Amino acid sequence: MTDVFLSMKNISKRYVGVQALDGVDFEIKKGEIHCLVGENGSGKSTLIKIISGAVEPDDSVEIMIDGQPFQNYQAIDSIHKGIEVIYQDLSLFPNLPVAENIALSQLISKGDRLINWKDIHSIAEKAMGRIGVKIPLDALVEEIAIADQQLVAICRALTSDVKLLIMDEPTSSLTKKEVDALFAVVKDMQSHGIATLFVSHKLNEVLQIAERVTVLRDGKRVGTFLSNELDDEKLTMLMTGKKVVYSKYLAEIQGERPLLEGKNLSKRGNFKDINFKLYPGEILGITGLLGSGRTELALALFGVNPADSGEILFEGRQVEIHFIQDATRLGISYVPENRLVQGLIMQQPVQENLILTILSRLLNRLGLIDSQKMQDSVQKWVNELAIKVPSLDSPVQTLSGGNQQRVVLAKWIATAPRILILDGPTIGIDVAAKSAIHEIIRNLAKEGIAILLISDEVPEVFHNCNRIIVMHKGRFIAEYDAAKTSIEEIQNLINLSS
Amino acid sequence: MYRKFSESVILVFVMVGALLLMWIVNGGDFFQSANFQSMAFQLPELGILSLAMMVTMLTAGINLSIIASANISGIIAAIILTQLIKPETAGLSEALIILLAILAGLSVAALIGLLNGLLIAIVGVSPILATLGTMILMNGFAIVLTKGYVISGFPEPVRFIGNGLVLGIPMPIILFAICAAVMALVLNRTPTGVSIYMIGSNPIATFFSGVNTRTVLIRTYLLSGLYAGIAAIIMISRFNSAKADYGESYLLMTVLASVLGGVSAAGGFGRVSGLVIALVILQIVSSGLNLMRVNNFLTIAIWGMILILVMVVKYLADQVQRRRAV
Amino acid sequence: MKKFFSRHEAYVLLVIIILSIIITIINPSFITLENLLDLFKSYSYLGIFAVGVLFVLISGGIDISFSAIATVAMYAMAVYLIRFGGNIFLTFLIPAVIGIMLGMINASIIYFFNIPSIITTIATLNIYYGILVVLSGGKWLYGLPDWFRQFAELRVFTLTNSEGGRYGLSIITVMWFVILLIAWVILRYTLLGRGIYAMGGSPSSAKRAGFNTLFQQMFVYSFMGLMAGIAGIVHAMLVQTVAPNAIVGKELDVLAAVVLGGASLTGGTGSIFGTVLGIALIAILSNGMTLMRIPSFWYNVIIGLVVIISVSFSVYRRRQRKRRTIFVEVE
Repeated sequence: MTDVFLSMKNISKRYVGVQALDGVDFEIKKGEIHCLVGENGSGKSTLIKIISGAVEPDDSVEIMIDGQPFQNYQAIDSIHKGIEVIYQDLSLFPNLPVAENIALSQLISKGDRLINWKDIHSIAEKAMGRIGVKIPLDALVEEIAIADQQLVAICRALTSDVKLLIMDEPTSSLTKKEVDALFAVVKDMQSHGIATLFVSHKLNEVLQIAERVTVLRDGKRVGTFLSNELDDEKLTMLMTGKKVVYSKYLAEIQGERPLLEGKNLSKRGNFKDINFKLYPGEILGITGLLGSGRTELALALFGVNPADSGEILFEGRQVEIHFIQDATRLGISYVPENRLVQGLIMQQPVQENLILTILSRLLNRLGLIDSQKMQDSVQKWVNELAIKVPSLDSPVQTLSGGNQQRVVLAKWIATAPRILILDGPTIGIDVAAKSAIHEIIRNLAKEGIAILLISDEVPEVFHNCNRIIVMHKGRFIAEYDAAKTSIEEIQNLINLSS
Repeated sequence: MYRKFSESVILVFVMVGALLLMWIVNGGDFFQSANFQSMAFQLPELGILSLAMMVTMLTAGINLSIIASANISGIIAAIILTQLIKPETAGLSEALIILLAILAGLSVAALIGLLNGLLIAIVGVSPILATLGTMILMNGFAIVLTKGYVISGFPEPVRFIGNGLVLGIPMPIILFAICAAVMALVLNRTPTGVSIYMIGSNPIATFFSGVNTRTVLIRTYLLSGLYAGIAAIIMISRFNSAKADYGESYLLMTVLASVLGGVSAAGGFGRVSGLVIALVILQIVSSGLNLMRVNNFLTIAIWGMILILVMVVKYLADQVQRRRAV
Repeated sequence: MKKFFSRHEAYVLLVIIILSIIITIINPSFITLENLLDLFKSYSYLGIFAVGVLFVLISGGIDISFSAIATVAMYAMAVYLIRFGGNIFLTFLIPAVIGIMLGMINASIIYFFNIPSIITTIATLNIYYGILVVLSGGKWLYGLPDWFRQFAELRVFTLTNSEGGRYGLSIITVMWFVILLIAWVILRYTLLGRGIYAMGGSPSSAKRAGFNTLFQQMFVYSFMGLMAGIAGIVHAMLVQTVAPNAIVGKELDVLAAVVLGGASLTGGTGSIFGTVLGIALIAILSNGMTLMRIPSFWYNVIIGLVVIISVSFSVYRRRQRKRRTIFVEVE
């Protein structure tokens, strides 16, 4: 009959002050691989919650799943219909073995009081067999790699008669090889009639795996498209509603001598034979896939993850960077990849977050913090970086993603760094805010600060950097002059090497 | 900060309420100066111990060993005082020995704090376990040193610390005021203080901001231990004796005072001013109960109930605030 | 086999063996059956407490009020027996019911008001104990019925030593073993038990997976209360009197023993075997001190040192084992 598995028409959801979803129609076919994309705040997570029954939609919505209409759709209905969700945190039990993690949900729904370990093992083996995966059954989940943990989560979903598997940002911590393995599993499930709905912000992956893509913007459905009709640029435009033109910028190098130099830096399991020169006023880009060692190298320069061997030269002199304080003393600052956990203290006010890096500079003659100096400093950076905040006492978590990132940047710029290492500075930030951040970075370079820009978005490094280094499996495998190369050339090298 | 301000206002109201309640129940007795004076003598010990507890709670930790630290410091000081001071000891020698005793007591307390700090910051043991271990250890040493006996009989200058009046103000209150002021200064106006709050909320981001979190944590527990030592000196002076298991119920009260004063058990928030008002409230209630001749043990049970009540009220207030925000 | 040796319990077992050897060298009477059986018997009540504490720790919480719960239960039972007489059923029923009820009060406060369990149980410890002392007047109770004493002296088998004294496997020890067995079955072979581990490992995932976390929380603290009640009776049987301050103060020794046995304060880990080893360790330390003529006031010092060293070591091992989640395959 129809090949549509799930159809929801006219979905709306209003929270206080915010229309999360507005008249959205959504449909997914049996066995289809479908992706849901949109910027932050577009309504993706709300839609997922409604599909899984965790949240109730407002007003009149027509829901039809597998030929059955629903009036009062609940979470238990979604489970009965074979809809399973894997959230970004995977919801596994780190202290329990793999077999148990896989089998538990089935045992709970069966309602058995007693446990038979043989049953648990056989359920787990059967699930793993369905997708051809082999993970030691007795290993504790906290002891296995993230990619394997993801597979355990999928196996868990497979223990029930799953018809639609929803995955929220499944690839955010996976290397390219692991992503390919995951996609192979998804295709395998497809051959068994299982549909998959991905939420992802990694547009190239979306285009790689999806058959159809639904784009949300500001709570409304922009449209559903065949993936082969789309490309990166089209998709971005649909998501943001704007045609984004990246301007290319070449910073002016302000010095003959490199400010920072790395010679034969190596660290076992992290990176090997790293050689580089970083000049004042320059923006040097490092790109490559997740797992290539970029962050590990950055942390080595910042003192968190010191190298085993090799030399670091600052202004020509050899220096030792074994602690963060060694790095900051030299004027090296690091804006972390993980803004929420490493970059900001969410529950604390903007003010405290801004001064944390410069506490020792705010002292008066008695060695106590001078409140005037503190207020002046905070106000200055809020103004300079145009941080939008209702009050300086507001906790940082009340700010938007873009503003939060400005706070992180501000707190490090306030240290008057000589070298600024930016690790994924625009991850999860909307397109408009992205260009604003790039503007800030370019201005910093104009002031003579040497900038190391690490990103896995090739366009970002291409448009902002003087030179671009490609890193792969812990080594630098190529260096490009931005003026003489192209995005395709760099992207090709990355794709080829994986 | 508006949120903090309204919390302090609430506390002041509670304090006034408690005073009224005590007046109703006890009548004029409560407001006799003798009563206030005795309150002024009792409050400081608990107050300084509460400051010792508070600073660790701010880092999302806890210090179960403060009472044990206080006891062992007191005992060490007491041993020096009773062993080295003979009836014939002259003024200067006596003064020096007293100084030695006090310094020894404080040093021991600080050392215990250092041990806690090292276990927690360097080894990475959880604060509950680390301070539990040191608590058991110090209780052990206290028993070894005293064999269960009480050490008593200290010279006049020592007894003055806990019992004397300076310009009509009890000495302990002066010491408490100094301790509270110093703690407030450290917490609000020093880099270490700001870092303490930040570590309580997010130690990782604090570390990545270039703060030496290990040093800050060690200093936290060191300070906590030192304050326990100061409280010890006042305690042995007031009781004119030292023994192995004084003040066991104080532990509950220091947690109660901190929580009532606005310290979050999850760390990152809480002010000395709130703690001080909370202490006054507790002291008022304590004196009131005393005047009513309520059994000591019942009083302890009442503290427990008040602690739970305070936490429940906080939870409900939080829920209300959350409903408003959505 | 290799897996066993990488676990925490293996180290504790090693320490126990080494300690036992040292003690036996100094005083061979340690290793006699009589001494060991006696040790088992006198530590049974702590062992029963430990089972309850283990459940709470695995679930991710902590409970230090159990000593007060045991005292209240013990008192209620004794008062009833002395006043009204009774039988062996009531001896167990009254403390069990009281223990469960007080445990449920703990659970309710912790669950419904989201108050950290350490703070809640510090508070309830003092509430239960304070009220008990006031109501009981702090009196010691004597005069428990004869059959109570006779029951306590029952043995599964009896042997005679060289001086004609009689000893054997006490029924009290058997009770502890039975409780250990039941607890082991619950933890390993029931969905409830696995749910407790799950809750301790990740409370949010447990809710999502469909575990009834409210029921599990209630169970865990009620079970602790039940264990406390039984331990109270056992203690009364051992000493044939009931006193308010006999048990309160011991809660930290029990907590130390359970943690020594491998349970973590953060929840999700711990085993019956480890707990038994932990109790055995503190029992052997204490007994060893007596047999080696070390004065008893060194006891706390030794336990304190053992706790500090053991948890430091355990944290150190955990750090070594935590894997990095992203590997760079360096060419």
